[in-house]
Amino acid sequence: MNSFSYARASESPDLAVALLNENQGRYLAGGTNLIDLMREEIETPAALVDISRLPLAQIEEREGGLRIGATVKNSHCAAHPLVRDRYPLLSSAILHGASAQLRNMATTGGNLMQRTRCYYFYDTASRCNKRTPGSGCDAAQGFHRIHAILGTSPHCIATHPSDMCVALTALDATVQVTGPDGERSIAFGDFHRLPGNTPHVETELRAGELITAVDLPASSANLPSIYRKVRDRASYAFALVSVGAALRVEDGRIADVRIALGGVAHKPWRASIAEQMLHGAEPTEANFRQAAEAELTPATPGHDNAFKVELAQRMIASVLQELAEVKA
Amino acid sequence: MSILNKVIRSVVQVMPDQAPDELIASNRYLGRSINRLNGPDKVTGKATFTADYPVANLAHAALAYSTIAKGRITSIDTKAAEALPGVILVLTHENAPEMKVPKEFGDGSSNDAGTTQAKILNTDHVSWNGQPIALVVAETPEQAEAAAARIHATYEKEDCVTSFEAAIGDAKQPKAIMGEDPEVTRGDVEQALSQSAARIDLTFTTPPHNHNAIEPHACIAQWDGKDDLTLYDTSQFTAGVATTIAQVFGLKADHVRVVAPYVGGGFGGKGGAWPYIQLCALAARETGRPVRLAMTREGVFRIVGGRTPSQQRVAISADDAGKFLGFVHEGVTAQSTHNHFPEQFSFPPRHLYSMEAYRIGQKVTDLSRVANTFMRAPGESIGTFAVESGIDALAYELKMCPVALRMRNEPDADPVSGSPFSSRHMRKAYEMGVERFGWKSRPAEPRSQRDGDWWIGQGVATGTYPVYRMVTAARVRISADGTAVAQTSCQEMGMGTETVQTQHLAERLGLPMSKVRFEYGDSTLPYAGVAGGSSQTVSVALAVQEAGAKVLKELLALAQKDERSPLREANFEDVVAKDEGIFWRVSGGGESYAAILSRAGKDFVEADHKTGAPMELLKYSMHSYAAQFCEVRVHALSGEVRVQRWVGSFDTGRILNPKMAVSQFRGGIIMGIGMALTEETMFDDRTGRIMNPSLAEYHVPVQADIPDIEVVYTNEPDPHTPLGAHGIGEIGITGVAAAVANAVYHATGKRVTSLPITLDKLM
Repeated sequence: MNSFSYARASESPDLAVALLNENQGRYLAGGTNLIDLMREEIETPAALVDISRLPLAQIEEREGGLRIGATVKNSHCAAHPLVRDRYPLLSSAILHGASAQLRNMATTGGNLMQRTRCYYFYDTASRCNKRTPGSGCDAAQGFHRIHAILGTSPHCIATHPSDMCVALTALDATVQVTGPDGERSIAFGDFHRLPGNTPHVETELRAGELITAVDLPASSANLPSIYRKVRDRASYAFALVSVGAALRVEDGRIADVRIALGGVAHKPWRASIAEQMLHGAEPTEANFRQAAEAELTPATPGHDNAFKVELAQRMIASVLQELAEVKA
Repeated sequence: MSILNKVIRSVVQVMPDQAPDELIASNRYLGRSINRLNGPDKVTGKATFTADYPVANLAHAALAYSTIAKGRITSIDTKAAEALPGVILVLTHENAPEMKVPKEFGDGSSNDAGTTQAKILNTDHVSWNGQPIALVVAETPEQAEAAAARIHATYEKEDCVTSFEAAIGDAKQPKAIMGEDPEVTRGDVEQALSQSAARIDLTFTTPPHNHNAIEPHACIAQWDGKDDLTLYDTSQFTAGVATTIAQVFGLKADHVRVVAPYVGGGFGGKGGAWPYIQLCALAARETGRPVRLAMTREGVFRIVGGRTPSQQRVAISADDAGKFLGFVHEGVTAQSTHNHFPEQFSFPPRHLYSMEAYRIGQKVTDLSRVANTFMRAPGESIGTFAVESGIDALAYELKMCPVALRMRNEPDADPVSGSPFSSRHMRKAYEMGVERFGWKSRPAEPRSQRDGDWWIGQGVATGTYPVYRMVTAARVRISADGTAVAQTSCQEMGMGTETVQTQHLAERLGLPMSKVRFEYGDSTLPYAGVAGGSSQTVSVALAVQEAGAKVLKELLALAQKDERSPLREANFEDVVAKDEGIFWRVSGGGESYAAILSRAGKDFVEADHKTGAPMELLKYSMHSYAAQFCEVRVHALSGEVRVQRWVGSFDTGRILNPKMAVSQFRGGIIMGIGMALTEETMFDDRTGRIMNPSLAEYHVPVQADIPDIEVVYTNEPDPHTPLGAHGIGEIGITGVAAAVANAVYHATGKRVTSLPITLDKLM
């Protein structure tokens, strides 16, 4: 690990932003990913600004929805009665991630900022465009069973590892940020980026910007939902494919459907093609399967991860079918 | 087999047996679930593990590793590392003092414990991706790690083979496998395969695995002058490490002391003297300070080898009653270009089944990778996966119950050597397992049980592991205060060694456990071999028994010389050790050790003893057995496999401490479930580099993967082993992967022949 300076901002987000801009570093919250990356020298910030004691650890009702502060611990968020009651998809997704110990440390904002688990990203002896732009990608012809099948580029096939973000994508969340140029909101679906030819740029955050909260809208509250995660062991493993979905059926037609996928892309993947096909359609197994196939049609798997295409299709269809049966 | 071996074997056949150990059924302490003596120290943090030793003026070392598999280092830049605060010394091939390459680990009969024939630091040649290329010493571990990360090397790569698949064609038959013939044959096996009612012919593959004991390897080295070295090391072979490091530095073996009272898991990964030990000693010598080298988890992956990959063919034919006619088990494992360890996967069928004709053997191929090594039940773990999967497949061909098929082929004597079995209760183990598991209610048809989205299946497989005994020395002392101590350099990696040997010593001498102490984990104590081959318990027990007998004889001699002693007329055969003293076997009169010693004016009597060679292993076929039963569910859409029930039924001689034994069996089964479903070291064939060197990406089972595991055991004492016991550290993992694969087949109708059984293989 490199030497770095450390400062704590406890009073306000503005102070944290000011401290960071003085020191050119990274914000530190739970540290469950950043500290690991610093130990491995994947990240080598000259300064850390500790935001873990900022007054951003509340969950509040707001405009019929919820505002989840950036430093709310994942375990606290998953257990919060309002979250469990109105957004059970979020609670379920969080509980499918990491381990109890990690969830006790990890925060809302930090979860959004998680970096990929690509083996070659973690190994400084390997080539990785995400770690060292322009160096090449050793995953493309190497081990990539856990890698992306949608939205990939020749430069990067890494996935975003979060479970929580899959639910937030499906629930149309909004990310609140503050920075040197003031506050702004970013729609969750726009927050994470596809790799393109800049896989090292993972989010829409500008230099020095700090996540202060994630808002959940009233429109996605109280929907029947399921989070299904498929992985190589029963706990403490990243998703090979996960599906976060919600479904509302009215008069035999689909009135609201939200589908997001984890483990398949550089960002939590909103299955917009499938959703569009299903809006207003009958909730039948055939329609679900057809929509799932359409969503995965653009997939570009490699030799190790071709199974993810069929797996994602099956999981989308079965989760929707299960939701439809619960409603019936 | 060498001619000498054959001659010895034939002579041994006519030698009389030793009388069974008289403690074979004694149960004052033996056979009881005594709690682990060091348990409280471990759970309260009082136990001192290697990296915990408080040593004054300690400096810290870290390693930098090569990033190519083979070639030469053309430049190595250490300036940035040397410039960092706290850095004391940086050693590379350019400035490292010469060290001798130690002798490789042998067959267990010597103290050699070298792990690689590659030079460490004393060469610009790279033999594997991960080989240490620099050693940094600094004031803190963080400074050392940071400096090691700043060492930059450039290389000139050379062609090499890092892919097991690519190297299989170059496999050669070694001269011997653990002293046994590399191939054994009988009859015309091809004819037997072609003319039969049913047959299977399957090829299995198993991946490489790496060691992930909870305590990563660590060492503290402290020199006293130029000729005396003390090492605290996470070792399961203190005597071997002492000898090996003495070879490296040209010291007398008894001038290297290795101390290892607590070791946080070994599983074979701490049996050799891996290069970090000599580098730690070198760092201490060159800096003139005691040095600690605590390996990172990644570092353990880079320099400590693990289980070989394998490709195995199993072809079996049977008549319509299920009797095996032809039996082929053959294949290839890997070792490295710089070590020699052909893992013995072809051993299990040599001892398990009657066969009319057979060809059982193996070859080995060399890879430019980290040296392979023993990992819990090397050979038997991967060998039983192939053989027991094959037998399961044959059972379906024959439409026979897989248990019945195995019982049909239960042999009367060793199928290859013809030797009688010392103790074999396979039928009883199966009967107990069948009963406990409820096997008889299992439907015969595969793919016939469904619970919602899940297919359900039940599988069974045989496990087996040899009985080994190693030459071992012990010292026993009985003191005038009525206490006793036994000493040997053996090791405790968490198996319960200290506890069970204390039980034994108390029982052997007729003392309460509170008055006896077992001392171990220090190479300066009387010699014990590697804690490996599941041999330590019985090996040490025999040495303690025989040293104890010498002490008792000496005490009796003191009594015989004493007019006042009630034992003055007694011969050794007439007496027994009990009630804290020596007593007439029949009349019961006698006196305490304390009385004998105090009257003789002695503080203590002690004796050393070294056991003889294990000739019984040449006369008898000596093995442990297991019947592993499990139930799995397999998700019909995703292919996820979950093990939901397990019964392990073991035939491993007499059980000396049920609580700890059951824990050992369970641990083996858990490790086997990992082998079956998740574990795999990912070597990138382009570079020979391990790409998942962390517990996040190298998947061992987590709690949620493991169901309740029931354990039953025959508890039949072996009349030809000390205490009637067998070692039990490794049998637990054997047969497990096959039982899972067989249950998966029963659930889904899909035969998975390559480990691990990941969900994509079942979709």
